[in-house]
Amino acid sequence: MTSPNTPTQVSDKFFSGKKHKLAVLRSLGNRALTILCCLLALLTLVPLFSLVFLVIKNGLPLLTWEVFSGLPPAAGLKGGGFGNAIQGTFIMVSMALVLAIPLGVLSAIYVNEYEPYSRLSNTVRFVAKLLTGIPSIMAGLFAYGVVVLAFGSFSAFAGAVALGILILPTILLTAEQALLGVQTAYREASYGLGATKFQTIVRVVFPEALPAIMTGIMLAVARAAGETAPVLFTALFSQYWLKFENLDSLVNQPVASLSVLIYNFSTVPFEYQLQLAWTASLVLLILVTIANVLGQLVFSKKP
Amino acid sequence: MADGNVPPSARAQRGIRVIPRRIDVFRIFCWAASVATVGVLIWIGVTILQAALPAISKFGLGFLTNVAWNPVREQYGAGAFLYGTVVSSFIALIFALPLGLSVAIFLSENFLPSAVRQTVRFVVEMLAAIPSVVYGLWGIFVVIPLVQKFGPAISETLGFIPIFRGPVIGNSMFTASLVLALMVLPTITAISRNALVAVPNTLREGAYALGATRWEAIFGVILPSASPGIVAATILAFGRAMGETMAVAMLIGNSPRFTTALFQPAGTLAGLIANQFNEAEGLQVSSLMYAALLLMVITLFVNLAGELVLRRTQRMTLGVR
Repeated sequence: MTSPNTPTQVSDKFFSGKKHKLAVLRSLGNRALTILCCLLALLTLVPLFSLVFLVIKNGLPLLTWEVFSGLPPAAGLKGGGFGNAIQGTFIMVSMALVLAIPLGVLSAIYVNEYEPYSRLSNTVRFVAKLLTGIPSIMAGLFAYGVVVLAFGSFSAFAGAVALGILILPTILLTAEQALLGVQTAYREASYGLGATKFQTIVRVVFPEALPAIMTGIMLAVARAAGETAPVLFTALFSQYWLKFENLDSLVNQPVASLSVLIYNFSTVPFEYQLQLAWTASLVLLILVTIANVLGQLVFSKKP
Repeated sequence: MADGNVPPSARAQRGIRVIPRRIDVFRIFCWAASVATVGVLIWIGVTILQAALPAISKFGLGFLTNVAWNPVREQYGAGAFLYGTVVSSFIALIFALPLGLSVAIFLSENFLPSAVRQTVRFVVEMLAAIPSVVYGLWGIFVVIPLVQKFGPAISETLGFIPIFRGPVIGNSMFTASLVLALMVLPTITAISRNALVAVPNTLREGAYALGATRWEAIFGVILPSASPGIVAATILAFGRAMGETMAVAMLIGNSPRFTTALFQPAGTLAGLIANQFNEAEGLQVSSLMYAALLLMVITLFVNLAGELVLRRTQRMTLGVR
């Protein structure tokens, strides 16, 4: 779109003297505000670059195989890494997905395919919006009250419940948008060929919406991997690997996670632990970026 | 469906296979999932309310205004933390709103080529993806030293205003607010940008046709038309800032003392919970749950307001088109 950066180009001919000065003034003011706006916009990039730069600079030196295979060192000691924290984060995020995906996607299908205008559907949409807004620490307190107290121990399951609650609205809302994006003509064609509602949803609508749903899931993974507050009271932290013997292993022992490791090590006075915190931040940032980029790529494949 | 009023026998005579109407099991699953989603929010509320009951019955509404938080004497009041939550989020907005709005205008206008704008947009979206705890770590090593370096100068020149009086401490309300501002920036930018882009082009063209410069059009026509969306963005960002936990807990100093000085340690409700919950026992747990309930009610209320404004905005812009 073209826009008049110099005002009153035409009126210059008709007015002169004072009016002309005013036009110059307005033009200058316009230019100044444009520059100011661009500067402010670019200013917001500074903190991000500073953050990414510092995380890479401080995190890279320790990024060796030892960090992925070792266990966190005790206070003041050197050596080791945070393999168990990576393991814990992966376990909890996967379990959270197992809990949240069916709930979120099925709700989205109900809300969009079965009863788009019912009172329940409107309530679900509204609740999902509200859930995106509740502080993440609430999910942790809830999982503590419901899972940790019930099983009598901090656990991966409790952490997963808390994370699951946090990502449920993300998955639900993106899945709903994805289903909404499927053209009505597809559904009508499917019914026209004699398919039932169930067949239409599962064979036609869902596959068409899948890429966009996957984007939502990847966003959810990125969010869940980085959350600290919900796992702080539910999975706590552990100095050891999670040894998986049977299902009880998931409910009877605390589990390490990358985010809690960063939190714990960020305030200790030991150089090596601090370095580990930076390296863990780097690993976490890489994971989050990969999840985001994967989500965007999957989405952009859709014609 | 269409021949629903034709008797089955007639359909059978015409050679149409009659399929008995079956219960849609999948529909029931989907319905159950929807009910469960609504149930989750209620369950969270009930669980926290239950855990908070002892503290509620002991302290009542005085909990909101009492500024003593003393686990040794079993005296709990969330006044100072409530103040810290609201004020830190408010200061964060003072920083984030002008910046976020400039970015939103920058993204919706064509000052620079599309490639540059896409990059800026991507970077702002990245800001939203960075985990809170990484912001906290960065804040400890970058923002706290900055505040320690430049804080005293600000405090000396503006010290006559009570909120700027010294001494300047790194872990302070001001530090936490700065990082919070960065964290809510993407929320403000994304929603404001949507509102700006939704302003019909005819309005802008009308302004240009009347001889307005670009910025006269922005200030006189486009921003006012988009203002409900910008208000919604601000409200939602406020809600996000109040619920933000880890970065604030790492930077604000978690002091239970009530102070109006910005360069001194303070506390927020979320930070208080993150900091004390694992070591708490008995009445302290219950008081923390009460604080959580308070936070939940406030954030729900703020988000509700934001969503309602946003919803009205969308309806309005639909009307204009």
